[in-house]
Amino acid sequence: MKYEMIVGLEVHAELKTRTKIFCSCRTDYGASPNSQICPVCLGMPGTLPILNRRAVELGIAAGIVTHCAIAPVSRFDRKNYFYPDLPKGYQITQYGEPLCRNGYLEIPCGQGMKRIGITRIHLEEDAGKLLHGEDGTRIDYNRAGVPLIEIVSQPDIRSAEEAKAYLTALRERLVFADVSDCKMNEGSLRCDVNLSVRPVGETAFGTRTEIKNINSIAFVGRAIAYEFDRQVKILEEGGVIRPQTRRYDEDNDCTVLMREKESEADYRYLPEPDLPAVAVSGDDIARVRDGLSVMPDVRRDKYRAWGLSEDYGRILTESRERADYFEQAAACTHHVRVAANLLIGEILPRTGDAPIALPPASLAEIADMAGDKRISNASARRLIPLCEDGRSPAACAEEENMMLITDEAAIADMVRRAMDENSEAASQWIAGKDKAKQALIGGVMKISRGRAEPSAVSLVLNRIAGK
Amino acid sequence: MLREYRDCLRRGEITSRALTEKALARIGEMEPSLHAFVTVCEDTALSAADAADRRIAAGDAPLLCGIPMALKDNICTSGIRTTCASTMLDEFVPPYSAHAWERLQAAGAVLLGKTNMDEFAMGSGNETSAFGICRNPHDPARVAGGSSGGSAAAVASGQVLYALGSDTGGSVRVPASYCGVVGIKPTYGRISRRGLIAFASSLDQIGVMTKTVEDSALVLAAICGRDPLDATSADRAVDFLDVIPHVRGMRIGVCDIAGDATSAAVRDMYARVQDLLRQLGAEIVPVSMPSCEEAYAAYYLISACEASSNLARYDGIRYGRAGKGNTPEEMFLGVRSHFGDEVKRRLLAGTYALAAQGRAESYDRARQMRERIVSHMGDLFTRCDMILTPTAADTAYPVGAHDEDAIAYRYCDTFTTVPSLAGLPAITIPGGTDDGLPLGLQIIAPRFREDLLYRAALALEEAIGYEV
Repeated sequence: MKYEMIVGLEVHAELKTRTKIFCSCRTDYGASPNSQICPVCLGMPGTLPILNRRAVELGIAAGIVTHCAIAPVSRFDRKNYFYPDLPKGYQITQYGEPLCRNGYLEIPCGQGMKRIGITRIHLEEDAGKLLHGEDGTRIDYNRAGVPLIEIVSQPDIRSAEEAKAYLTALRERLVFADVSDCKMNEGSLRCDVNLSVRPVGETAFGTRTEIKNINSIAFVGRAIAYEFDRQVKILEEGGVIRPQTRRYDEDNDCTVLMREKESEADYRYLPEPDLPAVAVSGDDIARVRDGLSVMPDVRRDKYRAWGLSEDYGRILTESRERADYFEQAAACTHHVRVAANLLIGEILPRTGDAPIALPPASLAEIADMAGDKRISNASARRLIPLCEDGRSPAACAEEENMMLITDEAAIADMVRRAMDENSEAASQWIAGKDKAKQALIGGVMKISRGRAEPSAVSLVLNRIAGK
Repeated sequence: MLREYRDCLRRGEITSRALTEKALARIGEMEPSLHAFVTVCEDTALSAADAADRRIAAGDAPLLCGIPMALKDNICTSGIRTTCASTMLDEFVPPYSAHAWERLQAAGAVLLGKTNMDEFAMGSGNETSAFGICRNPHDPARVAGGSSGGSAAAVASGQVLYALGSDTGGSVRVPASYCGVVGIKPTYGRISRRGLIAFASSLDQIGVMTKTVEDSALVLAAICGRDPLDATSADRAVDFLDVIPHVRGMRIGVCDIAGDATSAAVRDMYARVQDLLRQLGAEIVPVSMPSCEEAYAAYYLISACEASSNLARYDGIRYGRAGKGNTPEEMFLGVRSHFGDEVKRRLLAGTYALAAQGRAESYDRARQMRERIVSHMGDLFTRCDMILTPTAADTAYPVGAHDEDAIAYRYCDTFTTVPSLAGLPAITIPGGTDDGLPLGLQIIAPRFREDLLYRAALALEEAIGYEV
């Protein structure tokens, strides 16, 4: 029998706010344990939450870039459970009335695109972190109260590839909208997978398992592939799938049981009495929309229209900073492709994800000089590090004697000298032997110290040979 | 009274220090039998009094400067332990103060101590305190009422000139009624709840207990208003000070209380006051209030549910009683056994009522009832300006009387839960006595109409001429 998988993803993204969602503590990553806490995020008696409006704006931005409807009124609820990292004994979240609903993302699928539905996006607070050591367990509450959004997809995903494509698309949109850093290794993006299988053609859903807290997109793909095989194997052996919470074991590339879910956990949700409903007006949404950066797929379409390849588009939109940089340079040059080549071939291998030192206008100027053949490509590459301190590329090229000689009379003069110096090649060339041309060009380059513009040299030589 | 004291202080006829020493002496004398305080802060009180005296001498003194007062022990006081009368917090010293206390402190108030209460404000007799029962100053064999029993007893016995309490379903009004003082539970949102240790957040409201109606308005004016750190606090101006006491032409709603387990004395008092109001020119409008039983059930369930969530933070990790155990579960179980029986009972009830199994029939229904009560009260206020009820069904009951009779025990709140559920302001004033024990009269007004409450309460106070 042939089986298909039914997958839905729950993604938690940390919002890029300066302060926590219900107090004014900072949210800096990597601060020393319990250095970013106060009575409110410690849940001390008598303290009250005050909603950070910036978190709402970022939630709206997440909703806009995932085509969601933004609720004019949404509400907070308490999700009650005991755990040492949860200071109040409940998490403030949005249960019945989330901020965003009914969105979707489009992912590449075969030759076309496929829509993956998004059920909802809601705001909530993060919990603290348990630090297990040899002498016992300590708790770091720095993360308690850091704002999160949870993005719940429809069970529309049918393969590991689709799951990875969905996460990639979601991640880049959240990054470009400045909603979240989405650094899976730092935990600012976390993914839970819900997966069930059923025979192809069957319409009812099978029993699903949940795989928690997978911390890279590649691992999500592998966890799904493993879990699909595991469930299919059980069914083929006549077994039944039990509802379980599992985790992905990176070292052994498999999913392992965390706990059985005999019954759904009862979180005893309660409307949060300390916070009024969140009102979002049309103006609020418009203001967020106006502030949004252009999404990466739209940028890639534009780059394609500029004649750049798919690969180039993908590399240039790996981060918003990179795409913005490229577009600032592209706006100032006639030679967008040259600029893209220099950026991808020369600059990025040197800087990686670090900020680019070369001003984008300088990249544009270098691209123009190279594109107009005023300097050689090798000179263009050499100019990049020289101009990182803000020096003018044109002035620098002059100083470094990089400007190519294109004056026809000067080139003709150099060609004559080269032919005099290498009379054998000269006579062969005149006799029609193409092979001799390279030697003569080499001679001109030697005389000009590399500054003769090669195509001008070739033109003069051709004329001499009557070609 | 507060204005008279203020004048005496300004004229130098008395000092805050002298007032404070006298009050502390009185507390020392009465405490063994009354037990109104959990903590008496003698040293900080005396230094606050000295500071107030300097301020008065400098001519820079607000009305409440130098006046001795007390706070219920669920109102956080920076540097002074705040216990909620619970073993769970018996050594808890908050590093912050409640907004109301910040305001009073800035006004030069002299805090004599933290008053006794039912544990976590759960109760109507002040019998569930981990620090002992607070007695009624009128009869030490009887309860002071709860949960703000200590504040009511401290004011009634003249230990302080005013005290703050908190009211979730009647916790200011019931003890005020039992002890014969004025107690107001303002509109939900009138006073910031920041620093008030939560019992049931959608119902909790700080209230004021005083000897006179005028003093009630003066203290309320000093502590009310928008607090940017309480999202549920309202931005409302003080529009209830120096109102003219009159009820002429006002439509006062009254209800039939015969079926509400009221004592004969309460019914007499209620009838007498209605006559009085007619004589004063008010129009008495018979109305039917929401069912008291329904209101009490809704109040009990909603407050228990919210409490089960609010009190989850006492897990023995960050403050209060330290937890021990090899697993988190062991630690939680161990530390949470420090709650008293009444608190445990309500936490269990609230946990059950929120759980999937019981929810539809309990919590969800209670919320629907609450919505019906809100709209019912809204309708009533289209036909009358205020509503008059007794505060409690009877006078203070004997200590221990209800230990075996939980239902009656819980019924004491009866007339006070409707305004709590609807977020309405309600005041209780002494309305008469029964065998020397005070009876309270409750007036309820529309949201943010404390001005109406004070207008009518002043007129009635004068007309009843009641003196304890």
